[in-house]
Amino acid sequence: MNSIRKFFDKARPAFEPGGRLSALGSVFDGFETFMLTPRTTSGPGSVHVHDAIDSKRTMIVVVAALMPCFFFGMYNTGYQHWLALGATEFPFWQLMLYGLLAVLPRVVVTYAVGLGIEFAFAQWRKEEIQEGFLVTGILIPMICPIETPLWMLAVATAFAVVFAKEVFGGTGYNVVNVALVARAFLFFAYPAQMSGDKVFVATGTALGYGAPVADGFTCATPLGQIATHSEGALALTGVDGHALTAWDAFVGLIPGSFGETSMLCILIGAAILLFSGMANWRIMLSVFAGGLLMGWVANTFSTPLYPASMLPAWEQLLYGGFGFAAVFMATDPVTAARTDTGKWIYGFLIGVIAVLIRVYNNGYPEGAMLAVLLMNVFSSLIDWCVVQANIRRRMRRLTAKTSES
Amino acid sequence: MAEKTSNKSVLFNPFSKDNPVVVQILGICSVLAVTAKLEPAIVMGLSVIAVLAFSNVIISLLRNTIPTNIRIIVQLVVVAGLVVIVSQLLQAYAYDVSKQLSVFIGLIITNCILMGRLEAFAMGNRPWPSFLDGVGNGIGYTVILVIVGFFRELLGSGTLLGHQVVPQCFYEAGYVNNGLMILPPMALVVVACIIWVQRSVNKDLQEK
Repeated sequence: MNSIRKFFDKARPAFEPGGRLSALGSVFDGFETFMLTPRTTSGPGSVHVHDAIDSKRTMIVVVAALMPCFFFGMYNTGYQHWLALGATEFPFWQLMLYGLLAVLPRVVVTYAVGLGIEFAFAQWRKEEIQEGFLVTGILIPMICPIETPLWMLAVATAFAVVFAKEVFGGTGYNVVNVALVARAFLFFAYPAQMSGDKVFVATGTALGYGAPVADGFTCATPLGQIATHSEGALALTGVDGHALTAWDAFVGLIPGSFGETSMLCILIGAAILLFSGMANWRIMLSVFAGGLLMGWVANTFSTPLYPASMLPAWEQLLYGGFGFAAVFMATDPVTAARTDTGKWIYGFLIGVIAVLIRVYNNGYPEGAMLAVLLMNVFSSLIDWCVVQANIRRRMRRLTAKTSES
Repeated sequence: MAEKTSNKSVLFNPFSKDNPVVVQILGICSVLAVTAKLEPAIVMGLSVIAVLAFSNVIISLLRNTIPTNIRIIVQLVVVAGLVVIVSQLLQAYAYDVSKQLSVFIGLIITNCILMGRLEAFAMGNRPWPSFLDGVGNGIGYTVILVIVGFFRELLGSGTLLGHQVVPQCFYEAGYVNNGLMILPPMALVVVACIIWVQRSVNKDLQEK
């Protein structure tokens, strides 16, 4: 630790105003606070309290909570690839290695592009580097199909960081969730590469590892199969044609976006977030409640016209990005509602709208992403209404009291 | 001399410093609607220049005889007459483009730039400056339309004025047209980028 401290102390003069490399001051500052605690502390006699949980520590906890999903995504990517090859044995470490090699370039590209833009903006504005991209950078590859071309990820990340975050003032000022904007950008800009039955299972070699799958191979996600389901009983199948059960969906061994498939790992992540106090339980609970309610309503009036309405309500929660959106997306403290009552309303509406889009718009097999983005926009309005209602209630109480006396 | 400089500023100010779209934020609806391709954007821009210039002149000629309480109706009648003429001309000589523009030629009547210029300028100025003001604002509007249309067609369809611009080898290497550029939201983002660039160049336009 001492040698790191010495290294930074020695390098500092060059980066200070007037120094040789003063233009890169915020980069230096970013790395220094990344390795060591920030140098700025409140002096003796000051009344300010510095919490050890600054935004860097917060972000790291969220990244840690994402890790179960991430590792499971690696395993599942390999597993689906092996299934597509027609294998009958699934060697754990080879599956993991394949998954790692498949996702690594995506993580590197999103971080390089996103952090590059953040660094550039920080230099340009002469501000400190914000660490908001730490979580976004890992979220983006996790909510995209594994076969998304790298350059598309780069374009979407750049778009999201510039237009959803930097133009609003950077980390903490964004109105909508940055990772979801990247996902939505990809979804609307390149629909053929982001949905359908070709993109959710890795079919090529990953950096030379694995074997290419025969041409013409297709496998849709469960929700994709439901959306295109025409008649007869609903029967979901996996990559090799075996029937999928709700248990498969809970564990996560189904085709889907890289990190979203496993409800089990999402729940582990949720436990970490709740235990460390990073996410709000009201939002998570109300998203699930809203999804269940809407799923139940849809299932009560189920019709073959909208095949997704034939799913029982609780199964709606297991498929697609619903759980991931509820735990990691809706709870983003920057874009969620701030008031407690507002959080209930906000989360509940996310759940309702996600299932609503999924069931009654056959063009969109999944609606969790759009639901969270929509409610992000409305969250401050919800807060405003809650605060106004509170003011009115207290005003009534006051007038009642004064008229009594 | 004073008259001349003011005429010049009447004509050229709307190009950038007093641009109707990116400074006054008028006529945004048609910018969203007609800029998915470059060609309809250009035609729309020319139509607006023609309608704006001539309605400005006509209203300016009539300005002392129009009773104040019905001036909006008179302005609307003049603009509507000119729009019908433009629409008929387009249908006669550029039928395909007029099909693409569909209702938006007719909707020039409701374009805020027109009513804005008639109320703010033509009602209080002589015909010649009014004509220049109409042409200037029309060109200011067209410039933005063409920039937006250029980027949306290039990135969204890979073409310009219908000709393939992005080479075939790009597509073979995996390049895909950006479908979002065709959708109206991206017109807003492109306009926002123009505003961003313009405000960084002209510092005095930045809001405090």
